[in-house]
Parts: sequence; structure tokens; C-alpha cells
Amino acid sequence: MIALFFRDLKLSVRAGGGAMIGVLFFMTVVAVIPFGVGPDLNLLARIGPAILWIGALLASLLGLDRLFQAEREDGSLDLIMMQETPLLLAVLVKCAAHWTATGLPLVIASPFLGLFMNMDEGAIGATMVTLLAGTPAITFIGAVGAAVAVALPRGGLLVSILVLPLAIPVLIFGVSAVYAAIEDPAPFLPPFMILIAITLFFGVIGPVAAAAALRHSAD
Amino acid sequence: MRLMAEGLSARRGEDLIFNDISFALAAGEALVVTGPNGAGKSTLLRVVAGLLEPESGRVRLEGGPWGFEHPRELSHYLGHRNAMKRELTVEENLTFWQRFLGDSPGGSGIDLVEAAEAVGLAEIIHLPFGYLSAGQQRRMAMAKLIVAFRPIWLLDEPTAALDVSADRLFAGLVAAHLDRGGIVVAATHQPLGLAGAKSLEMTGFVH
Repeated sequence: MIALFFRDLKLSVRAGGGAMIGVLFFMTVVAVIPFGVGPDLNLLARIGPAILWIGALLASLLGLDRLFQAEREDGSLDLIMMQETPLLLAVLVKCAAHWTATGLPLVIASPFLGLFMNMDEGAIGATMVTLLAGTPAITFIGAVGAAVAVALPRGGLLVSILVLPLAIPVLIFGVSAVYAAIEDPAPFLPPFMILIAITLFFGVIGPVAAAAALRHSAD
Repeated sequence: MRLMAEGLSARRGEDLIFNDISFALAAGEALVVTGPNGAGKSTLLRVVAGLLEPESGRVRLEGGPWGFEHPRELSHYLGHRNAMKRELTVEENLTFWQRFLGDSPGGSGIDLVEAAEAVGLAEIIHLPFGYLSAGQQRRMAMAKLIVAFRPIWLLDEPTAALDVSADRLFAGLVAAHLDRGGIVVAATHQPLGLAGAKSLEMTGFVH
């Protein structure tokens, strides 16, 4: 299983891998916002956390559809499904590798992009922490969509559409936790705890559902 | 150890593609599945490999090692696709499968340099898999069979895209596996040159 984790990491940084694509997309989305909104620094600082979260959400959806499709196309999925170790463990490891390759760079890039949005240190720190806690949930939810659409030749957009409604709560609680951290009266912990709960919930449900979907798509 | 298939049938869409197929293979025996295109050879292998649910019947293992429920856990499956990543080098691919698959009880895989030598391509394992020709890719997929030990080999058109010398080389690998008490099920159009192999002719259904 560790071998699978490192192989997926290696693949994501090789040609055709998705590791940098997500960060570049994230950067593009956030970098054009100030041009569209205009040079009102207070406004930018106010919408900054929300923009960072939306950018990160869309960037993590990118490339999710290839999670199992690439394995299926070259026949590796057959071999992974035949093993004695449960399929859901392999799915969990693949999600972990996918998040490390595409989700973690987003978290690391977010402070620099926060500067674009004229956010102060507190807001940048809170955004980074909530992204760290929330993006794994998007990967787990996306794994289910990717498994459902594994047999479809152009499943990319379908995966995003399937996944988006489930990812909305992550966005809501992520953004509200950041605002709670920077605006005084609201407490930070309740929305942040719910965000962590969502991640843990999908960390359990996601691999089980994805493994079941993969078994049913076998032909 | 015996690999048993009892009354297997499988469905593709509406139609039964084959019906009531049974065989039993003891250690050291091979089964060659022949038949025209569309007769269900690949489907039969996928059923035996546990990748497709049979419509009826079942596949089971008799006298296998403890703790293995389905023969698929003790099987190598070499399908139409090679299950190797184009972006990784041959060495990285083989190392991954060696570590991921691990050895089944009762044997051990060989070193991957030796395996590459066994398929006659030891000098190109540093190349990305995508740079190799179709025949070389197929040979490397065969090397995967010997880097991790599995007593049962399920081979779907193993010698497609291979030249005559690779054909012979492959027949040698299969014979060596059978000598060690392995079981081989191969679907093929070409003779594999296996002496004493059982054969199963699939006719397909006439509509």
C-alpha cells in the first residue's frame, strides 16, 4: 500500500500529472479577481477568504476524474481489485496520495495568494488552517464521483457536477470559520469543528462508497 | 491445490455469452481456452479472475493456503492491457508491482533485473515504459508475472504482438511455472506449445 502511495505521488509530478495544474489554476482564479473587482483594498480584504476558498474548491475538483480512470485505462485497476487487501484501503491510499499531490500545494500556496487579496496575517492564517482541514473532504467526496464516472470516456465535467452539491457544506463551514476568526463576536471553534467533522465523515464514507461503485462498474 | 469452476455462465447485456462451463485443474496443469472472436474467452477469464460476477456457478479453490477466500487473491491476471504506467520507467513499474502484489504463500518472486533478463530486455529497464514498442511492452508485462509469486496465472491472449522468439520464451516461462506446481489458464488463438495441456473449446451461442 505504501508502494501505491509513492507511485501515485511520482506519477502526479511526471509529465501529464496533475500536481502543478491545480496550483496554477488556483493562482489564475485568485489573481484575476483584483482586476475584476477593482482596487478597493477594503473590499478585497473582505471577500479574500471567500475567494481563496472558492478557488481552492474549484482547483481541487480539477483532475479528480483521472483518479481511477487512468488506472482503469491501462488495466491496473483490475489487478488492484483482485488483491487480498480490501479495495477500500487502496481507495483510501489513492485519496491520500491525491490530496498530498494536489490539495497540500493549494494549502501551501494560499498565504501568497492571500497577499494578492490584501488579507492580514490573522485572516491568512485562518484560511490556511481551514483549507488544511477542509480540502481532504473534497478529495474524499470527489473519489466517489470519480468512481461512479470511471467508465465514462468524458466524465470530467460530470464528476464536478456530481461532487459539487456535496462539497458545498465544506465551502460554507470553511468560509464561515475564517470569518469567525477575523470578526470578533462570532466564535471560531463551532464552524471549524463542523468542518473537521465533515472531513472525518467523508473520510469514512468516501472510500466505502467509491469502492462499491468501482466494484459495480466492473465489466 | 485445485482450481475448480462449476457450472459457470455469464451474461453480456441481455444474452448469455456462455453457459455451464466447468473445469478442474490440479497443480501443474494448464488449460488452453480456444474459440472464435466473441466466443467469451476473455469473459470467462474475467469471471475466473473475480472481476465479473458469474450469472450462475462459482469458482473456488480446493486445498489452497488458509485465509484465501477466492482464487483471484492467488492469481496473476494478464489482460489485454499491460497494467503499466507509460510515464514511469520499466524499473519503477516492476518495483511497484513487486511491492504492491507481494508473494503468495508457497513461493517467492525473482529479482526484477533477473526477470527483465528472463524476458530478454535487461538493458532497457531504465527507459520510460511508454518509449517501448508494443512487443517489448508485452514482454515487460510478462516479467510482472515472475517478480511476484502467484500460483495461478490467468492469461488473456498473452502472445499478442509478440515475435516468434518471444513466443518461445514465453512458452518457456509458462512451462517453468507449471513445473513448480503452478496452474495456468490461457485464452489464445495461437498454440502456446504446451505439452499435455487440457483444452476447452468455446463455441459461443448461435443467434
